[in-house]
Amino acid sequence: MTAGFGRMLRKEDQRFVRGMGTYVDDVYLPGMLYGAVLRSPHPHARIASIDTVAAEAHPKVRAVITGETLAGRDLAWMPTLAGDRQAVLATDKVRFQGQEVAFVVAEDHYAARDALELIDVEYEPLPAVADARRALDADAPVVRDDLDLTGNHIFDWESGDAERTDQVFRDAEVTVSQDMLYPRVHPAPLETCGIVADFNKVSGKLTVWATTQAPHAHRTLYSLVVGLPEHKIRVISPDIGGGFGNKVPIYPGYLCAIVGSMITGRPVKWVEDRSENLMSTSFARDFHMRGEMAASRDGKIRAVRVTVLADHGAFNGAAQPTKYPAGFFGVFTGSYDLEAAHCQVTGVYTNKAPGGVAYSCSFRITEAVYLVERMVDMLAFELDLDPAELRMRNLLRPEQFPYTCQTGWTYDSGDYPRTLRLAMDMAGYEDLRKEQAAERARGHLVGIGVSFFTEAVGAGPRKHMDILGIGMADGVELRVHPTGTAVLSISVQTQGQGHETTFAQIVAEELGLSPDDVEVVHGDTDQTPFGLGTYGSRSTPVSGAATAIVARKVRERARIVAAAMLEVDPEDLEWGDGRWSVKGDPDSGRTIAEIAWAAHSNLELPDGIEGQLDATCVYNPPNLTYPFGAYICVVDVDPGTGKVDVRRFIAVDDCGVRINPMIVEGQVHGGLADGIGMALMESIVFDADGNCLGGSFMDYLLPTSLECPSWELGATVTPSPHHPIGAKGVGESATVGSPPAVVNAVIDALRPYGVRHADMPLTPAQVWRAIQGRPFRTDLAIS
Amino acid sequence: MTMRVAVTVNGTEYARDVEPRLLLIHFIRDELGLTGSHWGCDTSNCGSCVVWLDATPVKACTVLAAMADGRIVRTVEDLEQDGCLDPVQQGFIECHGLQCGFCTPAMMMTARWLLDRNPDPAEAEIREVLSGQVCRCTGYENIVRSVRWAAEHAADHRGEST
Repeated sequence: MTAGFGRMLRKEDQRFVRGMGTYVDDVYLPGMLYGAVLRSPHPHARIASIDTVAAEAHPKVRAVITGETLAGRDLAWMPTLAGDRQAVLATDKVRFQGQEVAFVVAEDHYAARDALELIDVEYEPLPAVADARRALDADAPVVRDDLDLTGNHIFDWESGDAERTDQVFRDAEVTVSQDMLYPRVHPAPLETCGIVADFNKVSGKLTVWATTQAPHAHRTLYSLVVGLPEHKIRVISPDIGGGFGNKVPIYPGYLCAIVGSMITGRPVKWVEDRSENLMSTSFARDFHMRGEMAASRDGKIRAVRVTVLADHGAFNGAAQPTKYPAGFFGVFTGSYDLEAAHCQVTGVYTNKAPGGVAYSCSFRITEAVYLVERMVDMLAFELDLDPAELRMRNLLRPEQFPYTCQTGWTYDSGDYPRTLRLAMDMAGYEDLRKEQAAERARGHLVGIGVSFFTEAVGAGPRKHMDILGIGMADGVELRVHPTGTAVLSISVQTQGQGHETTFAQIVAEELGLSPDDVEVVHGDTDQTPFGLGTYGSRSTPVSGAATAIVARKVRERARIVAAAMLEVDPEDLEWGDGRWSVKGDPDSGRTIAEIAWAAHSNLELPDGIEGQLDATCVYNPPNLTYPFGAYICVVDVDPGTGKVDVRRFIAVDDCGVRINPMIVEGQVHGGLADGIGMALMESIVFDADGNCLGGSFMDYLLPTSLECPSWELGATVTPSPHHPIGAKGVGESATVGSPPAVVNAVIDALRPYGVRHADMPLTPAQVWRAIQGRPFRTDLAIS
Repeated sequence: MTMRVAVTVNGTEYARDVEPRLLLIHFIRDELGLTGSHWGCDTSNCGSCVVWLDATPVKACTVLAAMADGRIVRTVEDLEQDGCLDPVQQGFIECHGLQCGFCTPAMMMTARWLLDRNPDPAEAEIREVLSGQVCRCTGYENIVRSVRWAAEHAADHRGEST
């Protein structure tokens, strides 16, 4: 039998290494026009007037669209995935710097940008609120007067048992607390967001090529927003140059391009530039947290209490299951057996770009893991215990699974101590600590940081999880051709995860085919069944499960045909080695390819059996899956400059069964680099007036090959009990788990100075200031 | 206003009337239809647009097409020769040196340039040479391994025929 699972080179690489990928910007259609967006230079201003006459007179301009144009089509506003509304093009006022004000359609990209300069917008600037901690002040400027709000409060959400948690804190021998910021960061995929919209006036069909991680959800939303019937909309998501959450929402530019195509009758391409990407599309995090941990003197963690101020920007555009306004932050209980836990989250509007949930965060588990793992280190500091030892004492034990945590999440499976022990062995942890002591004696600042994370991925059970009323279940279709090759159609959308390879491997594993004989079709809503798309590490947990189940359906259909071929009862057959054979007679075996031919032939089948082998499946996950891991980071800090060098990074991930270990490891590598970026470099900063200071890669710093060490990976495998192949999803694990390991390492390095905490990003300036005992707020410009 | 620009790209001379302000990356992509080279940031930070200009890697988002007049450009489309992949291309496949593939063509062009000058670069040198280019997917480890693979298979391997 051909083994389906295991290291296999990727099918998709053949086109990518030849430069033959097809990204959205590589789509050129006959007669295609180009769009450009005029954006607000002000963080907050009333629009007095917009004069487009000069722009319309430009010889290459074909249309100028303003909020007024859109209002005539009832499109000036659109719903967000969080149930708020967002201005497509501003009509009343602009609410953040970079907000969309007008859209030009022209014969070429350069002319479209030229014409933006010809639009005269008269603004009346208003005071702006850029500091989330001031958003609820009585005198704070009101961002959303369009909703008749008198303040900037969006929601309050809580989880856990406040009373019991307070009781444990009152009784506790030791408590620690810390204010900490998870700064506003940006996924910044190398391919920015874009669309080619082509509306055919004759057929009434809209075809869009778009950078979307969720093509089917976008189709439904376009139908609801634009008013076109859904069967007349085709969303094609071709090759995607990285997503990381940035390409989940619908952005105003997409709708403008669609309207532009409807107005001009020609295809319209719009691809944002890098500044537009960083300044206007989904940021992530911006969580102002206060964490508290209660423990006994001998190091038993008893309770965690958190209050959060969540900055959602000018529109609540967070993309997450609708019933979870703070995402899955409720998993802040981490990997520990607590007596009680409680969190309270308040969301606010500010004059900043909308978003909040993006960047490989597993719906805010990044913030949750950062919070709890920093608190564990603070407790270790307080108790003068080794942070790895403190974790080992408190980790959930294997026999406690399935484990329902204090906020109600049921962790499916795990052997946490084994994973932490492996990471410590790989790191040579005890020797590292000795080496650190020796280095410290010589005045060198070496830090060792540990983190242990539990994720909750694969949203999700339809009963609890939906986006705007659409349950988060995924469909698949598997067709087996007469000659025994197969086509699998899936709803999830790769942005580099290698679905064309791994999903073929799942079918191959289940049916005994070669993965090369399974073609995976995706990224085209006319060719694939409905599903919610790829984010929150949900492809393998949801669509991967659907794929295994549909393959098993095909296998059962094949069993009936094989029984007819062999003239026996289906019950007399057994599956093994990629064949159905008569029990005890392996030589009688028939492969899926042989059975597929028979299923299409004139072989007489039992009454009620239709023939052929094709099958469909919709998978509604009974629970999330809970991957976990143990990370250890070793850093060197230069006390003179504050510069941090990551010397080593050890990562042991347990994501259940690994379909293709090569791809798993690649995903972990990428997430670890993200962690270094967020911990040390990345932050979208604003000045007091609301001006964005992170609008290019000159200011928004990404890790390069020089900041990243050679990663040291390990693996443990604890299968998920409810997933058909025991897999858990891994795409975001390293992004979630690595930032606290890096920060814990840096703070550990600064221990000789008594530093307990400093907020990310730990830039040289921030580290140097922390050494001086005065770390600064990293979300605001230094004045 | 337009001007005549003649550039030899991957061995073929192309002449086009273009605006003087046209960037080389847009010339290559929009005028010639060679979409293997990508655009990512406009500020020469990400390096998705690296091509060779007279055998030296440049960031084509900050080079005018006019500056390439009379000169020689090489892009990713030229790496495969006679149906055989360049060892760098094969190395990226073998070592999982790419995920979304967006930075890959530019990374490979720089890697090929490095290997032409030093057939046996150490890891540190590979990291230094690639440090002007960003990858958001791989964490760089497998890119470094891919270049090493190409170095180790230079003599006996010209990739697999398609």
